[in-house]
Amino acid sequence: MTNPNFDLLMWARTTGFDIALAIMVGGILLRVVEIVVLGRKKDLARPKGNPVAQGLKTIFTRSLPRKGMVKEAPVTYVGGYLFHIGFAVAFLFLGAHIALITDLTGLGWPEANKALIETAAAVAVVALIALAWTRFSNPVRRMLTTFDDWLVWTLSILPLVTGYIAVNKLFGDGTLMMAIHMLSAEALMVAFPFTKLMHAVTFAMARYYNGSIQGRKGAES
Amino acid sequence: MPLPHGHAGSANALEELKSHIATGNARPVLTEVLAALDRLLDSGEATTIDLGAFPFGPGDERLLDELLGPGEVTATIEALGRSIVAETGVPGVWRIDHFDERGETLSRFIEVTLIPDILKTQQGDAAQGRADLAERLAAFDARSPGGQAHD
Amino acid sequence: MTERPLLPELLRANGISRRGFMKYCAALTSALALPPALAPKIAWALENAARPSVIWLSFQECTGCTESITRSAAPTIEDLIFNAVSLDYHHTLMAASGTAAEEARLAAMEANYGKYLLVVDGSIPVDNPAYSCIAGISNLEMLKETAAGAAAIVAVGTCAAFGGIPHANPNPTGAVAVGDIITDKPIINVPGCPPIPIVMTSVLAHYLTFGLPDLDELGRPKAFYGETIHDRCYRRPFYDKGLFAEGFDDEGARAGWCLYKLGCKGPTTKSVCATVKWNDGTSFPIQSGHPCLGCTEPNFWDNGGFYKPLSTPAGDYRRVGLAAAAAGAALGVAGGLMGRANKARAARAHEAVDAHDLEKKS
Repeated sequence: MTNPNFDLLMWARTTGFDIALAIMVGGILLRVVEIVVLGRKKDLARPKGNPVAQGLKTIFTRSLPRKGMVKEAPVTYVGGYLFHIGFAVAFLFLGAHIALITDLTGLGWPEANKALIETAAAVAVVALIALAWTRFSNPVRRMLTTFDDWLVWTLSILPLVTGYIAVNKLFGDGTLMMAIHMLSAEALMVAFPFTKLMHAVTFAMARYYNGSIQGRKGAES
Repeated sequence: MPLPHGHAGSANALEELKSHIATGNARPVLTEVLAALDRLLDSGEATTIDLGAFPFGPGDERLLDELLGPGEVTATIEALGRSIVAETGVPGVWRIDHFDERGETLSRFIEVTLIPDILKTQQGDAAQGRADLAERLAAFDARSPGGQAHD
Repeated sequence: MTERPLLPELLRANGISRRGFMKYCAALTSALALPPALAPKIAWALENAARPSVIWLSFQECTGCTESITRSAAPTIEDLIFNAVSLDYHHTLMAASGTAAEEARLAAMEANYGKYLLVVDGSIPVDNPAYSCIAGISNLEMLKETAAGAAAIVAVGTCAAFGGIPHANPNPTGAVAVGDIITDKPIINVPGCPPIPIVMTSVLAHYLTFGLPDLDELGRPKAFYGETIHDRCYRRPFYDKGLFAEGFDDEGARAGWCLYKLGCKGPTTKSVCATVKWNDGTSFPIQSGHPCLGCTEPNFWDNGGFYKPLSTPAGDYRRVGLAAAAAGAALGVAGGLMGRANKARAARAHEAVDAHDLEKKS
């Protein structure tokens, strides 16, 4: 006799995780290595400024909004920040997640309490809903939004919602909800290299490239 | 809970905080007590409410104590650990708390009755008591000189 | 089988007053999540019920379950209830042995056919019946034969309920649970390695007074297997505050912090260990500083390691990850080179065209 809920949890912790990890790690390396190998055409002109310094600086400066943009699209900017910060806090500071990171990397840090984690998760969810609303209500953005965007949105909100349900046992069997939470995170891992989620890795490369072009021309980026 | 000294202060603060945690279940229980008193007065029917049957926090306990208050009668039973049977400030409403030999709570009840059954001497115990007394009398008579004839 | 006194006489002989017994019944009613008004009915039924015949079969087991139910510091009412049933066969506890013991079983079966309660501890090997035999009878055969006349079966311990340790990978004997073999009788699973004594006797008391208790989807009485250990753990506030012991002898362990990171299975394990506790309410594993192993759940032995946190992967993911990384990098190089080759080919195929050429073509 077996417990199907626990079996699902064990599948998520073994085969499911292995598959997700293989696809995510393999996929990220595939895309990053391919971009690097493709390379760029050599610029034969003598640089007028410092492309490396400008490139590195841009990686960070582009994390701040450009002048006037917050007023222009407040929900996009504020919502974007809140989602990213909320998601990061909920992911990086829950004890169970740190146990996972420690198992994977050997690194560890202090855990946050439940109130902070849940506030962060709630903020991230509300931000995601607000961001979806701006995409839906504005006809231009609605036209620009593809299936890929809605998929990524769904995959991002699911781990937050299922995690909250599992920890608080809002409904369903606790073990089953924990399994569903893990599977939702694994779905995110699988989609990661092949969707816009990949920006979490490539943003640094893209910003460096843009910054270094400006730097070469002697401009501030 | 064993805690090093550094945590003692925060632990006490935590305990103090915990004593106010309420589930909101005390109010409906008191409504049930009111209805049970009606039944008791109308038909003499007694009611028992198991306080272990639903979530009941220290804050709920607080509200219960506040609204029922202390009463006139408190009895202690020593049988497989202590039990405390106490009438509350609302006559007819009793609190019964059972503890085991180590003082851990076994179960907690509210009984709405004229007298909780557990206070009454049980038929079987009385029979046993009669047998014990007869035995003691026989033993006493056997060792006292002159036997039964004290006259 | 010798005549044993009924429960009231046993209670009296042990100096337990009827008040004490009523108190026990009140606690039992509360533990079984029954309406408190039923307490006197339970008391009456326990005192007056005809002594049911109980046949206890021990298969691939360690006798821990029998130890648990029979050993306690003082004679408790649980013991007395256990004594009040007519235990007609239990090869560890009975005085008779060999043929006489088997005859006692057959006699009890015949006398109470269709009415006796069958208690089983231990799993049943089905790969080869000779792996476990009693008096030359294989466990499988004895279970089938004895179950046929039983009113109900109580599978005591995780081995009987779910296969337990003998069933653990690679399961050399082909061990299975009672429920895997017997499908036409009501089975109450009382898992645990071993189960808590009061849980066993309460189930017995419930069966004697009201018949079968409410069972969950794994056949366990809901009153005792309805909530997880995590839900009722006194260390739960530390979990919520994010305070975890990282080792068995660090500051957190000494301060009594949550054992989740040491592999505690409390969040996925349903049992009343945290409230009823063990050894007459003294303690339970987490209180003694050890994470819960999850012994009331099926396959607890193979669930990814006792000391691995529930949130960590349980497989050999490092090799898989490294292989995927190597494959991904190789594919990336190949893709990049292919892209470059395409670009070069396109550059080579490029022809310069001027207005003069276009004019010629048209």
